[in-house]
Amino acid sequence: MIEVKDLYKSFSGESVLDDISVSFEKGKTNLIIGRSGSGKTVLMKCIVGLHEADKGSVFFDGRDFLKMNFKERQNLRREIGMLFQGSALFDSLTVEENVMFPLNMFSDMTPGDKTDRVNFCLKRVNLENENALYPGELSGGMKKRVAIARAIVQNPKYLFCDEPNSGLDPITALLIDDLISEITKEFDITTIVNTHDMNSVMEIGEKVVFIHEGRKCWEGTKEDILNSEDVNLNDFVFASNFAKKIKAMTTDEIRDPENY
Amino acid sequence: MRFLSVFGRYVIFMSRVFSRPEKARIYLKQTILEMESLGFNSVGIVIIISIFIGAVITLQTRYNLENPLLPLYIIGLTARDTMLLEFSSTMVGLILAGKVGSNIASEIGHMRITEQIDALEMMGVNSASYLVLPKIIATMVFNPFLTAISMSVGLFGGWMACIITGALPSADYLYGIQYYFIPFYIVYALIKTVFYAFIITSVSAFQGYNVKGGALEVGRASTRGVVFSSILILMTDVILTQLMLA
Repeated sequence: MIEVKDLYKSFSGESVLDDISVSFEKGKTNLIIGRSGSGKTVLMKCIVGLHEADKGSVFFDGRDFLKMNFKERQNLRREIGMLFQGSALFDSLTVEENVMFPLNMFSDMTPGDKTDRVNFCLKRVNLENENALYPGELSGGMKKRVAIARAIVQNPKYLFCDEPNSGLDPITALLIDDLISEITKEFDITTIVNTHDMNSVMEIGEKVVFIHEGRKCWEGTKEDILNSEDVNLNDFVFASNFAKKIKAMTTDEIRDPENY
Repeated sequence: MRFLSVFGRYVIFMSRVFSRPEKARIYLKQTILEMESLGFNSVGIVIIISIFIGAVITLQTRYNLENPLLPLYIIGLTARDTMLLEFSSTMVGLILAGKVGSNIASEIGHMRITEQIDALEMMGVNSASYLVLPKIIATMVFNPFLTAISMSVGLFGGWMACIITGALPSADYLYGIQYYFIPFYIVYALIKTVFYAFIITSVSAFQGYNVKGGALEVGRASTRGVVFSSILILMTDVILTQLMLA
């Protein structure tokens, strides 16, 4: 479980996160949603220490991350897998070398065991027999899957995914969403996903936190979203005409022909 | 104030670079790869530049030395001391600041903007140490060889100029480059090279590591890396010369 308490962050005096308190549950796919520029990525990066929060606390199963020194943070980060928006694969390494990298750095496994583990993770993300390719030879969806394989290769307790579907077609996005959700259940990890893709929210969002202009506006389950009275959340969720029509169809407004 | 702030960040960065590696074997492997990438791949440019500069120094000294009272071997001696004392260490250092420095700054800068450095950090790797320490060790070990190559090839270039142009009898040149030879000059040049290697690598890496933004900022960081390294090389040259030759 990850708990965030009273988190503040500003850049050049401009507040980006304002008093965020939220908890993310183990074994669930927790989603942070919000418009572009609302502070989702900054929140995620503050949680893992890639940005230093101005104030507040972040607890990983009771351990206060922000009070840790450099070495302690390094040790805790070995329990975290992270999927970056642009995948962040190492350009000069092959798929296999990318996934094996954390094992080479931190494990005492034999070369054979490492290869087996890498192959297991690549198989888990449906990327078999692509070990020798370089990131430049992969499609966007394949890169994301390699990045997921790299993120889970060390059996993390926590998985962070920053905009996992950005730049992907709807079918591939669905595959990535399902993969994240399945891995969360399979390995019983605490997963936090940053997204503004409502398909992802409805597909895998077991707990959803809505961030608006740096503040937590709403939290609940995906089922609660459709019935929420929060104006900002409704503006966000039903921004597209398609979503508006879906909502209209689920209410009495459907009877009014002027809504079409 | 800004200078102090940047210098402070540089010191913190270097303290992270020189912290204990996670796995020495991986760092050793990286160091060997960097020796090839940053050192061995620079042998060609060092040879080409040194051979021509050796030739030019010899010819210019010959054409500017019209006094018939001065013996011709002085030209060989001048070429030798210029190559040993200044060119092969400082000039090659400046050339490597351009080639290797921009390479390091742009490589690390690219890794920064594509979140590869963040990915390393998230794995629990000390990214500053992993990316920079092997480069520093590789250049500090390999660059003295480049300097030694530059010295030999430069003197050879001067000799070739004598033979091809006939500006100076070959025997006078060969006598001149052996005349009153002070071995300490080589030690002096190699010590300077080690300092320059550290400056080039650490300053360029620092610039690349702290890039914020996109491709344009990576280009700017690369330019800053080369400019700051070059200035620091020349400042260090003055200090070391005063300390070691005065």
